[in-house]
Amino acid sequence: MGKLDGKVALISGGARGQGEAEARLFAREGAAVVLGDVLEEDGRRVAESIIDSGGQATFAKLDVSDQSNWAELIDLTVETYGRLDILINNAGIARLKMIEDSSLQEYLEVIRINQVGVWLGMRAAVKPMKEVGGGCIINTSSTAGLEGYAGLSAYVSSKFAVRGMTKSAAVEFGPYNIRVNSVHPGPIDTPMIRDPEIARRPADDFSFDGPIPRLGTSDEVARMMLFIAADASYSTGAEFVIDGGLTIGGNIGQLIE
Amino acid sequence: MGQLDGKVAIISGGARGQGEAEARLFAREGAAVVLGDILDEDGQRVAESIIDAGGQAAYVHLDVTSETDWSDIVDQAVAEFGRVDFLLNNAGILPVATIEQATLEHFREVVDVNLIGVFLGIRSVIPAMRESGGGCIINTSSTAGIQGYPGLGAYASSKFAVRGLTKVAAVELGADNIRVNSVHPGPVDTEMLANPNAKRNEQGDRPMRIPISRMGRADEVAKMMLFIAADATYSTGAEFIIDGGLTAASNIGR
Repeated sequence: MGKLDGKVALISGGARGQGEAEARLFAREGAAVVLGDVLEEDGRRVAESIIDSGGQATFAKLDVSDQSNWAELIDLTVETYGRLDILINNAGIARLKMIEDSSLQEYLEVIRINQVGVWLGMRAAVKPMKEVGGGCIINTSSTAGLEGYAGLSAYVSSKFAVRGMTKSAAVEFGPYNIRVNSVHPGPIDTPMIRDPEIARRPADDFSFDGPIPRLGTSDEVARMMLFIAADASYSTGAEFVIDGGLTIGGNIGQLIE
Repeated sequence: MGQLDGKVAIISGGARGQGEAEARLFAREGAAVVLGDILDEDGQRVAESIIDAGGQAAYVHLDVTSETDWSDIVDQAVAEFGRVDFLLNNAGILPVATIEQATLEHFREVVDVNLIGVFLGIRSVIPAMRESGGGCIINTSSTAGIQGYPGLGAYASSKFAVRGLTKVAAVELGADNIRVNSVHPGPVDTEMLANPNAKRNEQGDRPMRIPISRMGRADEVAKMMLFIAADATYSTGAEFIIDGGLTAASNIGR
């Protein structure tokens, strides 16, 4: 008896990191999962390994900035599993560049994937969700949707935008019984944070001097996604923060020893 | 196999409403629950009914504004069940008065129960949680800790304060492996908001003009508390909103 028996979930960026952990957990809880990603080899391997352990999974190529990719993936989902209940907009990229040194093209690349990609995903998912009488959309924003970081202006812009569009969507889709929430992970131990192009310090140094002084894990994010999908039946337009206390503030450090 | 097997939870205001639902769910998930309230008869009855259903529960009289009541309930939790892992600061009151009409006594009473009560609760459980190697404190704030509503000057003040206090506690107690988070319920169908004349639809829900167009239920709040206690291991100082979309949507309407 899984918490998501009979449900169908579409997860963008499902080939690795948080998306992979979400796909594996949702499948263990009984959902059929459709993984979309540009990393085809990795994505296929995740889907196969879910099937090998008795779950239901399909991989399809998804460039989230391409509207026809989204239409195809939704069609494939409904053809394969008969419905769509849950969309996790997880795909995202980060580029480390100071505003002064950044080209328009570099800025727009991040916006296209992180911001436009989420908007296209929500727009594509509404119709099949209406058809089954409701659904749940979870948009992966970030603590970068709550506060600013140097060198991440495009990323921060896109994640603030995701936080905002989540609330508009929650209001628009409420009458269709579709909940829309955003999740705001802080530093999570995934390939993204270990990419030397993004994090200039080694990931093991990335833990900050905060209340929970370590990186979060993809599993912890996946469990929050599961809670929102399965149990947060009275939350919509809400922000779920999973950051070890990073955004509490108080950058000034301890005032008392 | 419950999600909270072997754990011990103290729940203030556990005699009815959200506190009662939280106590029942935590007990079903294997926790021993210690209910504190000023409604002794109701509280006793909830504890007995949990025990009748095979759970572990105790009721202790708790006026959250009293330091000695707090040290008594923590002592009793440790004496009876050996430890304290969770504290749900749920007790609260909601008297209504505009700022212009409100008396000083009114304002102080609300702040005493809703804010000072939470401060005392946090302070009281720290040593016991430290001894258990960590813990989780969940403070019930409100959407009134995020927005203002007419007639709720004292209530909103207290709930904004709880939201702030939560973050300071999270920072101070992180090193002790104690997570501290706030929960912000919107309109939840409990006796605190009871209006027997309110219109209901076929499902028995009271309609609301918000994205999820009904009032929330106490068991939905309880499920959020369970998630935070059992699974939200990388969240501290965070605000968990359960309001049907009330705070996401503008008052301006569609």
